[in-house]
Amino acid sequence: MRADTTVSVRDLYMRYGTDDVLRGVGFEVRRGEIVCLLGPNGAGKTTTVEILEGFRERSAGDVKVLGADPSTAGEEWRARIGVVLQSWRDHGRWTPRMLLRHLGRYYAPYADPGRGRARDVDELIGMVGLDGRADRPIRLLSGGQRRRLDVAAGIVGRPELLFLDEPTAGLDPLARREFHDLVRRLVAEEATTILLTTHDLDEAAGLADRILVLAGGRIVADGVADDLVRRTIGVALVRWSRGGEHFARTTPDAAAFVRGLFARHGEEITDLDVRRPGLEDAYLALVRQHEEGAV
Amino acid sequence: MTGHRAHAVRVGVARGWTEFRLGLKNPQDLGFYLFVAAGVLLYLFWNRDDEVAGTSLPVPSAALPGILAMLVAFGAVTGPAYALAVEREDGTLLRARAVPHGVTGYVAGQVLLQTMQVFPMFAVILGPSLLLFDGVAPRGAAGWLTVLWATALGLAAMMPVGIVIGSLASGPQRVGTWGLLPVLALAGVSGVLLPMDALWGWVRAVAQLFPVYWVGLGMRSAFLPDAAAVLEIGGSWRTWQAVCVPVAWAVAGMVVAPVVLRRAARRACGSRMAADRESAARSVR
Repeated sequence: MRADTTVSVRDLYMRYGTDDVLRGVGFEVRRGEIVCLLGPNGAGKTTTVEILEGFRERSAGDVKVLGADPSTAGEEWRARIGVVLQSWRDHGRWTPRMLLRHLGRYYAPYADPGRGRARDVDELIGMVGLDGRADRPIRLLSGGQRRRLDVAAGIVGRPELLFLDEPTAGLDPLARREFHDLVRRLVAEEATTILLTTHDLDEAAGLADRILVLAGGRIVADGVADDLVRRTIGVALVRWSRGGEHFARTTPDAAAFVRGLFARHGEEITDLDVRRPGLEDAYLALVRQHEEGAV
Repeated sequence: MTGHRAHAVRVGVARGWTEFRLGLKNPQDLGFYLFVAAGVLLYLFWNRDDEVAGTSLPVPSAALPGILAMLVAFGAVTGPAYALAVEREDGTLLRARAVPHGVTGYVAGQVLLQTMQVFPMFAVILGPSLLLFDGVAPRGAAGWLTVLWATALGLAAMMPVGIVIGSLASGPQRVGTWGLLPVLALAGVSGVLLPMDALWGWVRAVAQLFPVYWVGLGMRSAFLPDAAAVLEIGGSWRTWQAVCVPVAWAVAGMVVAPVVLRRAARRACGSRMAADRESAARSVR
């Protein structure tokens, strides 16, 4: 384990009744990384994150988060992590300002000499763009505003490590863009480590330093988006027509293949189309392969 | 670490105060106070000239202490039980888990909130009663003091029960069954609604194991003339027992409730919440 390892998971198993949701999940997250946990619905993303947050007991495996086992770590540890979960509908009568101030007060005893623990509420409200809504009841917020409040609540204690479970579900494109900017700012300015789950591929590709794909109860891919595509599919699809007939071929080296094609047939080649698979193709291939392989 | 927990208790007390303030501004909450008060006052007013059978006590004087005891019981048991059942589902408890010593703060907030809520309830019932009926006031400063300690002991004895019920109930709807009915049944046999003379001996014996009876007795000792003590079991106010039984419940509750609540809090997590969302959406906040 490296010195800057923030999250380390090995052989993580989770069983509900007779159903193994996680079967040997393993990965690491290093300090200051944005890591995206990608997977189909029901793959166990939320379960994994909840185990790391210390909200759920695992069935088996080694888990270290900020150097401690989340199932036994104390409140000092709790003060160092931030949590944004799905589906929070609480504190409807409170205003965002009241709630953030209240939550921030819990962190006061955990301040280091060089680092005040709780973030200034006004600054926080500005950061998540809730300025005009800060003093209205939370139940009147739109879905996107509510989500941004959840993020604000997650970072009020200046966490070293922030967990975000499907943070942009239900956000419109603009709100999503703003959210991504906020996440990048957190990483750039405070070296916050971020582990987020999503089933949005564009989000994963655009935001994450590294992508983990969870399927069939295991991490089936771990890498940057481009690597993932190359390793998973590793080929391009070339389609062309010759003499009224249509052809299609997959190849690891599209340029060489097309050069050969022209060398042999020259001007007989028409309708040439070379398609590189994207992250989506890689992801779908991975998930198909592992969901079918499982069970 | 102890200092950090104490800090969380202070944050939680501020939280409870905030919730109380928000409740006072909420038409639904205010409506509830007024609805209960209107019901009680109507009943007392209707029977204002009657006397309790076999005595010279007017019904308002005799009934009011019991009604206050029952309101303490409901506030202490049903209040936190319902709040906890709702807030386990809507994420309030989970949010508390996400901050350091947040569950401690949450509980401190609930205790303060449920305690504070007794005051407006008493005010809207006692205030008009003092104006409308003769001889219903507690007997002097000592009487008012007795109202205070009986209320405080009742809350301390029964709030842990409410927290346990709220932790175990599978949803807000179930609190109606597990929170309301037992309190109602106990109130029925504890002499706060009806005289206990009509009950079988063993029912009376069982009722005396629970705090509702003793809070009611304490309240009656605060409101009724000393001569009325002869109507009680044993012919006395039994002040010593009226303190000890609720204290015993409070001590037992403070041991059991944190354990049960901690288990419920551990079970509250996001994926379960999402599964419960539908049922919670149907319940009225």
